Amino acid sequence: MEIRETVGAAVTLLGSVFIFLGGLGIVRMPDLFNRIQAGTKASTLGTILSLLGLAIMNEAWIWKLLVIIFFVLITNPISSNVISRAAHFRGTRMTNKTVADLLSDKNKKISEE
Amino acid sequence: MSILLAIFLGLVILVLAGTAIYHKNTKVAIIAAGAVGLFASVLYILLAAPDVALTEASIGSGLSTIIFFYVLNKIRQTND
Amino acid sequence: MVNTILIMAGVLMALGILLALFRFILGPDVTDRAIAFDVMTVSSISVIALIAYFAGRVIYLDVALVYGLLSFLSVVVIGRYIERGL
Repeated sequence: MEIRETVGAAVTLLGSVFIFLGGLGIVRMPDLFNRIQAGTKASTLGTILSLLGLAIMNEAWIWKLLVIIFFVLITNPISSNVISRAAHFRGTRMTNKTVADLLSDKNKKISEE
Repeated sequence: MSILLAIFLGLVILVLAGTAIYHKNTKVAIIAAGAVGLFASVLYILLAAPDVALTEASIGSGLSTIIFFYVLNKIRQTND
Repeated sequence: MVNTILIMAGVLMALGILLALFRFILGPDVTDRAIAFDVMTVSSISVIALIAYFAGRVIYLDVALVYGLLSFLSVVVIGRYIERGL
């Protein structure tokens, strides 16, 4: 009993560490697209891990927490995809270290044809 | 411990409300107003009122942002 | 022991929300603010779940469920508005 609660609390602490790293990445990254990549992925993983830790600790809440995890896992990539697509078509400046921009190449090829 | 979280949420709400009032860009002001609704909902949960928090989450943070952006889109189409 | 670990987790989540708020004030463009809003929403879902554990009431998890369903909708509307579509 005690061991299971301690394991659940440790998983929740790991998830909160990932949420903190997502917030740190959204401040420290130099570019909009790097900020999207750092913030959204890390905070999604942190939320999933912390809800999973609470589900380990308390077995009566496990189905509702699993439904919340399912919704977060489905709906969060949609929002980051829409924001990054809008920023790219708006012409947001990238950082100087950018190597490849595949969406721009595809655009140019379509307009040439 | 819970009063410290309440003070933190109140300070965050104050900063976001100041941004919503004094910022010059309209879109930023609308997003800040939505974030005020978000943290107000968390504060309502902390004060043990889950039904008010449910209404605030769906109306104040979701629907009002969508309606504001819908109206901005209509205004932009009329001006163009 | 368990309560100490969970309080540490809550402090780390509050620090993450504070850093996202810093980017929200500082961000040079609308899209930066939209991403900061998204991160604040997703972080506040786990804060709500933690409050529900400390209070011991399962009804608080319904608010987290509504956030998981509705939080992406306003960000999608912001993105479509910026892309000149809606």
